[in-house]
Amino acid sequence: MRHDHITSAKQLSREDIEAVLDRASEIAADPAAYADRHEGALLGLMFFEPSTRTKMSFSAAIKRLGGDIVDMGPVDSSSVQKGESLADTVRVVEGYADALVLRHPSEGSAQMASEFVDVPLINGGDGAGQHPTQTLLDLYTIRENAGLDDLTIGIMGDLKYGRTVHSLAYALTNFETRQHFISPESLKLPRNVRYDLHEQGSSIKEHTELAEILPSLDVLYVTRIQKERFPDESEYREVAGEYQIDAETLEAAQDSLTVMHPLPRVDEIAHDIDETEYATYFEQAHNGVPVRMALLDLLLGGEQ
Amino acid sequence: MTDQQLRVSKIENGTVIDHITGGQALNVLAILDIDGSRGETVSIGMNVPSDRLGRKDVVKVEDRELSQSELDVLSLIAPAATINIIRGYDVVEKHRVERPDSVTGVLDCPNAHCITNENEPIHSQFDVLEDGIRCVYCDSIIREQIADHIKV
Ligand SMILES: Nc1ncnc2c1ncn2[C@@H]1O[C@H](COP(=O)(O)OP(=O)(O)OP(=O)(O)O)[C@@H](O)[C@H]1O
Ligand SMILES: [Mg+2]
Ligand SMILES: [Zn+2]
Repeated sequence: MRHDHITSAKQLSREDIEAVLDRASEIAADPAAYADRHEGALLGLMFFEPSTRTKMSFSAAIKRLGGDIVDMGPVDSSSVQKGESLADTVRVVEGYADALVLRHPSEGSAQMASEFVDVPLINGGDGAGQHPTQTLLDLYTIRENAGLDDLTIGIMGDLKYGRTVHSLAYALTNFETRQHFISPESLKLPRNVRYDLHEQGSSIKEHTELAEILPSLDVLYVTRIQKERFPDESEYREVAGEYQIDAETLEAAQDSLTVMHPLPRVDEIAHDIDETEYATYFEQAHNGVPVRMALLDLLLGGEQ
Repeated sequence: MTDQQLRVSKIENGTVIDHITGGQALNVLAILDIDGSRGETVSIGMNVPSDRLGRKDVVKVEDRELSQSELDVLSLIAPAATINIIRGYDVVEKHRVERPDSVTGVLDCPNAHCITNENEPIHSQFDVLEDGIRCVYCDSIIREQIADHIKV
């Protein structure tokens, strides 16, 4: 990989993506071979917003490579409280670590931060913007379960605000995929995302009902519809209810369907799906470790 | 130039921005961050008949040249504008504005959650698309009314 920083899934070419996924496969097949690959390496964690999973899986990833973390800790106990700019904070912290992971509520924060540091910086989520490592683990999960070429995928739920959706849809344009977007009218893909997908020459199809395309899908990627997006509770219940699936919904699907979700879920995937062959969301979450190990390995200078 | 055409007195040194899209003169002043409060000598012609444009605006500013950033944003709202540099009452340089690949500063990102709207040591930056501009940091696209996003 030729990138110094990973700020957006949009910067990743097909070759980049495959380099990470291939390395992740190697790591998953033989984790012991990587156990002291980056002995002594320190990963700086800068989480300006709470995040359990991204933070834990990055910690696990660097530790399983033989390294360790230095953690800025919660914002309320840091110098940020005293009004320090993000640009200053990252310039200080880069001196403490070999690579940085940044999660920050402002969109474009990782892009800006990367302009101020020399150590590799990974975007761990910037507001409603990008979350490229989630995208990489999604792609890895899709590749393992359904393959990335000649793929028909349905992406359902909150397509307007869901950043994982935007990054994934963009990244998938590097492959031979047919993308279907299923959402209520009010939560359709925003226009900048549609613009990008068109620019990439991707043919996107938008639906308001899952039933229309469910039988054709290899992968169904479900996201949460948040209550906050609706003016009142009853409207939310009515709309959200139409985008919840259970075992009965999936009777119309192919046997080989892979059901994914970035988690946490609330009730958009019923628990009766958990025990079926369709359910892939916990595996997807676990894949965060080998994928982040692979990315760190490549950024920290793994053997080529 | 006849007396009939000469609406205001000539400037000795400064810039004449000619062939501005009719109606955009005040936005041009906004790009230059001119509101008269600093005592600049400025004259404006609005909807002046023009062979090339039908109607055009003209802005003349004394003792002032434009920065590249200002020229870049100007090109977005007045693509046909000509920049005339005046020295000793004469036009000593004349050039057309060019549509740039990106514009830095001058405009604010419309996304309230964009890092460029925080107190950080960076300028806004937009890539210029065929039919709009796009924030390099947060990806927001501005298609219409670019002038509404000129920094105040
Ligand atoms: N000293 C000056 N003070 C104020 N305005 C001036 C001065 N000199 C020229 N201008 C104005 O600057 C513009 C360009 O002047 P110029 O003499 O090049 O006119 P032009 O030949 O019509 O140019 P163009 O071909 O660009 O239309 C005109 O609008 C003119 O009125
Ligand atoms: Mg003329
Ligand atoms: Zn922005």
